[in-house]
Amino acid sequence: MATAKKNQQDQESIDKLYEESIHWHVNTGDETIHAKRVPGIFRNLKHVGIMTWVIFFFGPYLRWNGRQAITFDIPNRQFHFFDITILPQDVWMLSLVLLFLAILLAVVTSVAGRVFCGYFCFQTVWTDMFTWIEEKLEGNPGQRRKLEKKPFLQRKLHIKALKHSIWILMGMLNGITFTLWFGDAFDIWIQFLTLKATPIAWTAVATFAIFTYLFAGFMREQVCLWLCPYARIQGVMLDTSTILPTYDFHRGEPRGHLKKGSSNNDQGDCVSCNQCLAVCPTGIDIRDGQQEGCITCGLCIDACNLVMDKIDKPRGLIRYMSLDELEGQELRPLYKRPRPIIYALIMSIALAGIIYGLTHLGSLELRVIHERQPLFVTLSSGEIQNRYELKILNKTEKRMYIEVQASGIDGMKIHGNEKIFSAKPGRLTSHTLFIKVAKNNLIKHRQTVNIVVTDRDNKEHSASYDSMFFSP
Amino acid sequence: MSEKNPFPNEKNSGHVWDDNLRELLNEPPTWWRIGFHLSWILVIVYTLVYPSWPMLTTHYKGMTGWTSIGEYREDMKDLKKIRAKYEDKLPNMSAAAILADEELSNYSVSAAKVLFGDNCSACHGAGGSGNIDYPILADDDWLYGGTIENIVQTISYGRKGFMTAQASTLSETEIDELATAIYSGNPTSTSLFTEKACFACHGMDAKGMHAMGSANLTDGIWRFAAKDQLASIKYTIKHGINDTSDPKTRNAEMPVFGSKLDENDIKKLAVYVHKLGGGQ
Ligand code: SF4
Ligand code: SF4
Repeated sequence: MATAKKNQQDQESIDKLYEESIHWHVNTGDETIHAKRVPGIFRNLKHVGIMTWVIFFFGPYLRWNGRQAITFDIPNRQFHFFDITILPQDVWMLSLVLLFLAILLAVVTSVAGRVFCGYFCFQTVWTDMFTWIEEKLEGNPGQRRKLEKKPFLQRKLHIKALKHSIWILMGMLNGITFTLWFGDAFDIWIQFLTLKATPIAWTAVATFAIFTYLFAGFMREQVCLWLCPYARIQGVMLDTSTILPTYDFHRGEPRGHLKKGSSNNDQGDCVSCNQCLAVCPTGIDIRDGQQEGCITCGLCIDACNLVMDKIDKPRGLIRYMSLDELEGQELRPLYKRPRPIIYALIMSIALAGIIYGLTHLGSLELRVIHERQPLFVTLSSGEIQNRYELKILNKTEKRMYIEVQASGIDGMKIHGNEKIFSAKPGRLTSHTLFIKVAKNNLIKHRQTVNIVVTDRDNKEHSASYDSMFFSP
Repeated sequence: MSEKNPFPNEKNSGHVWDDNLRELLNEPPTWWRIGFHLSWILVIVYTLVYPSWPMLTTHYKGMTGWTSIGEYREDMKDLKKIRAKYEDKLPNMSAAAILADEELSNYSVSAAKVLFGDNCSACHGAGGSGNIDYPILADDDWLYGGTIENIVQTISYGRKGFMTAQASTLSETEIDELATAIYSGNPTSTSLFTEKACFACHGMDAKGMHAMGSANLTDGIWRFAAKDQLASIKYTIKHGINDTSDPKTRNAEMPVFGSKLDENDIKKLAVYVHKLGGGQ
């Protein structure tokens, strides 16, 4: 009795599978995709990916040593990262960070396709949040489609209004949070609340709000398919060893509707329920093969696994798999694939550079520019004089009092180091130095001189530079 | 390309390649069309707001009256405001006081670089490196003195050196002897130096006199530097400097800048020149 009832329930749920089966095709923006939400591993993974954005929203409130832990202080041209302050002179490290991230994206893509898109990209994440709100307010995808077909006035205006207000608020929060990274978060909030924020801040908020609303609310998969530049270039990073959500057509075909109460043996495992399509946020049919429009979010895998469970077939009709595996070959291990190896090599070089930079960020930096016009002058005493422009960068937050020393040529006289001068914190200070050498002390046309600057109050703050002394 | 359309019920252009590749006549996506229309509307709005359409004799001025020169002037005003902090102090200060103030002298140096480029470097070279027949400003040999006051004086009122042409008063051998002594850096070693009254201008020790702008003949720095320095010295002795009676005389004149530059600019320039390396 119990088993008969369970069988009947199973049968009913299988029949329901076809309710949503309508014709799908790649849409160019004329219809709205209402993706269904189903539970599963990849849905959970997506939630994990979404959670990483918590850092974006809460990061600005982190405090460290009495100030904001991470600040991009554009007016003062400084970047604070916990104890580290990075000045424009260290911007080469930023290039390395960007190189690292770009290659990381490339290596991840070559291993597992557009996983960045599926799990982390703000476009898909925001879209997911927007549609979640939509579902809470307007019901499941079927109800939403019906709602869309109703004439304008009957479209439950108040629900729509509520939905759009929430969307716009989310967009604004997005924009405000962005601005918080560029100054003190609490100050900026006060400026917004008292309407005293700078025009740049308002513009940023407006831009973010408008584009979040537009992209996550309306254009959604259109951005992934037609606007996103990454969608265009990912193809070159993929090969037949890349694992992507793939429909196992060997197992699935020929597909066909499941007949009531009978198991059809000449049919494949795919029962044409179109669940994989119904859940796909970009609205593509993975059974047409791996394709550009797939953001590898794996939601179709979750959906199909649920179906397989229902019809008592093994899971994995759609699964993360490479084309090689689909053809029955072993997956090549990572260390045998030149692409990931080369990418990893570039990444380690970039990383090494960043670590070197972070550990060698001195507190004082010196650059010496030798005057070229004239290269040297003969003084009335017969000595040769060279002129140097010292550029001293004080990277600490305290004023420094600088002493200058120079060495390298016998009997050289230094002029311009008699007085200790000050270097403002975070600023570049220029200082002129003259070196005089009697002609008979000069052995060569060009001789090296070493110039050292030291902070009077803390001798550990010191920097040296090798320059040239020119003579006739 | 096939003549007959194998897909008669489809909205296509009739162009078919490789059996089934065809060009469809679908509308572009809505968002694309919206974007397209927004772009040309933006163009119209832009041309209404800003100066744009050419007309027969003039052009349409735009609703806001914006011009690039106007924007430039606004920017200059802002710049003046930033500089005012320093500029306001300069009129009440002497060049020496500016030189002594670290911040103000740094400001003057950066401001004077352009002034120097416009007014001075044609003769004295970039950075005061000198030119043929024009003095180097980076060394410490100053005909009229190298204090900051001397330099202000020189720039404001100009200088005009003078030396009588000696071709008629000295014989060829005398010139040779005198020139060789000067060239060796020891002019007083010949009795000609006193006999011919060179000391009257160049001083008993031949070290020159700032008040007259006469050259120091004992150092290795030559006002008229040349490859063959000895020949150059002889030439100067023969034809003098700025001696109108000798058509071959050397010219040495520093023009008056007091009428061309305002007082503050001259102070800035003087500070800059003083700091070039040889200021005393
Ligand atoms: S086909 Fe599957 S993995 Fe690809 S985007 Fe659609 S749901 Fe995600
Ligand atoms: S692949 Fe799976 S989810 Fe997609 S139609 Fe076939 S059985 Fe349904």
